[in-house]
Amino acid sequence: MTFALPAAEAQALLDATLRGELPDDRGRFGPFGGRYVPETLVPAFERLEQGVREHLHDAGFQAEFQRELREWVGRPTALTHAPRLSEHWGTEVWLKREDLAHTGAHKINNAIGQALLAKRLGARRVIAETGAGQHGVASAAACARVGLPCAVYMGAVDIERQAPNVDRMKRLGADVIAVETGDKTLRAAIDEALREWVTDPAGIYYLLGSAVGAHPYPYLVRELQSVIGEEARQQMIDQAGGLPDAVFACVGGGSNAIGLFYPLLGDDIELIGVEAGGTGDGLGQNAATLATGTPGVLQGAYTMILQDADGQVQETHSISAGLDYSGVGPEHALLQATGRVTYVSANDADSLAALEELCATEGVLTALETAHAYAYAREWSSRNPGKRILIGNSGRGDKDMPTLTRYPVRSGSHGGA
Amino acid sequence: MAAHERLTAAIRAANSKGQPALVPFLTAGYPEPDEFVDTLRAIAAVGDVVEVGIPFSDPMADGMTIQRSSFEALRKGVSLAWIFDELEKAGDLATPLVMMSYLNPLLAFGYDRLAERALATGVCGFIVPDLPFEESSELRAALEAKGLGLIQLVTPATPAARLRMLSDASRGFVYAVTITGITGGGSGLPDDLADYLDSVSASTELPVCAGFGIREAKDVANVGAHAAGAIVGSALVEVLERGDDPAAYLESLRS
Repeated sequence: MTFALPAAEAQALLDATLRGELPDDRGRFGPFGGRYVPETLVPAFERLEQGVREHLHDAGFQAEFQRELREWVGRPTALTHAPRLSEHWGTEVWLKREDLAHTGAHKINNAIGQALLAKRLGARRVIAETGAGQHGVASAAACARVGLPCAVYMGAVDIERQAPNVDRMKRLGADVIAVETGDKTLRAAIDEALREWVTDPAGIYYLLGSAVGAHPYPYLVRELQSVIGEEARQQMIDQAGGLPDAVFACVGGGSNAIGLFYPLLGDDIELIGVEAGGTGDGLGQNAATLATGTPGVLQGAYTMILQDADGQVQETHSISAGLDYSGVGPEHALLQATGRVTYVSANDADSLAALEELCATEGVLTALETAHAYAYAREWSSRNPGKRILIGNSGRGDKDMPTLTRYPVRSGSHGGA
Repeated sequence: MAAHERLTAAIRAANSKGQPALVPFLTAGYPEPDEFVDTLRAIAAVGDVVEVGIPFSDPMADGMTIQRSSFEALRKGVSLAWIFDELEKAGDLATPLVMMSYLNPLLAFGYDRLAERALATGVCGFIVPDLPFEESSELRAALEAKGLGLIQLVTPATPAARLRMLSDASRGFVYAVTITGITGGGSGLPDDLADYLDSVSASTELPVCAGFGIREAKDVANVGAHAAGAIVGSALVEVLERGDDPAAYLESLRS
């Protein structure tokens, strides 16, 4: 089932989105979003909101942020034509290469932006949560860059499956704190980071890694990640000679997807978010929040969540730690409810196969999260031959080697088309 | 008398006997669902108001003890509907109840149905730790329609103007969180507690109950000198966890 708004309301909210009016002053994207946080954190959120208003679009901040994106992150990231994959699929395939950004994924755009903000707000230390470890690594690097101590909360299950990233975070100077409570994945890590923040709301800056949580995070993360879509739009015009017919991005919390989609919302482009279909359709077998969830409040926002009839949030399954989350950013919930973006899912097996195909045809080892976007784009291409498509290649797959080594390379897959 | 006024009256009644009101907290259905009603009765016999915790999958304001009890109760099938059924079976306990729940289970249950069942089962108010005042109008309206109270939390981080706003909005009592932190912390009560509780008490006509970090008789006495009541949560849940007598533990806090 999906949650849809009445047509007139949907159109009005979509128009408001295109005019840049959402979130509203209560942090709402239509019915979604808001700020559901413990009273102890309310003053901290008000300070953060004030800080975002003051600094985010300030010329001095933007100059510093743009310089860091250019000289330290390595932006703009490339737009890559994928001729051999195009031949396999029958569509014209282009890749937006966030895997080429410093630390190996789009996460760094947000991490360096928020680290600069934390510095301006006078934070004494930074905390962050991480699922796949990419946001943890990005936060550790960004905090080292601006000179702030950093602690990263990470579920024990994720620590095991993303071991290379744990070591990277430590080498970049962060404390990695194993979270043994709850589901021991991303959701538990966010709960634990919030608990830590409550102990020192004035001194801690919480560097949230996705477009989720209470206002102003979904807005702040979208603004910092929109560089992906802004660059990609111009690069498509310059390199491909025009905009794509369809754009695909994987969605866990949804930060790379909102960053890619937001600048394209006003264009005549089919936008498709791909969630983790896991091993099946049952509750607990996947992380397809938008495709199968219902509205509720989780970790600060009213959004689509995976829950049972009693409002208990359900555990998820995905082969990719970065998509293994029971909620989703509230703006995605709105974009789904208005019908502007379509959200689908790809399962573990198809995503692994797509990852392998991309390796073999284009020499790009993509992240398991990103592989979900390829899996669905491949299927879509079979129904839409001749179209031009863009895939958000949100991160690289080096971190996934502990998982990938369990699935041997299929013989002959590198033997050419 | 509106249901929320029963809370105020019960706290005042304890104060008129020269003692702070004792507000014990238990996670509903923990450690064993089939012992819930008996445990609740035993606790209600000593407490002046009893706080019934609704287990939730993401208790972000709670420490390890209440998290553990919450996950265990969920694992054994405890739900809000089940809790109301059990409260109905328990009948009138004489001691007014408040429910402590994160928002999502209440949202899933439906606010109007929630208010109806609460009123019918002796629940006089709600404490919702992830629902700040700004997001609370719908739940507040549904509760007020039945005379039930939405109890506001205030904390040492709450600025003065906000403290006055929250105190005005609160019903039954004002919940003063003693520390900047989560439940079940080991660091005890802060040194500047007296000034903080005095400032909260000065902000409202309602009684103020202090919670977080209260474990022993001296904590209750300490808090009682500057607030109308003491809320005992994690320490009592630990007693239940060990299988000790909750009533005896609560009596020991009064000595």
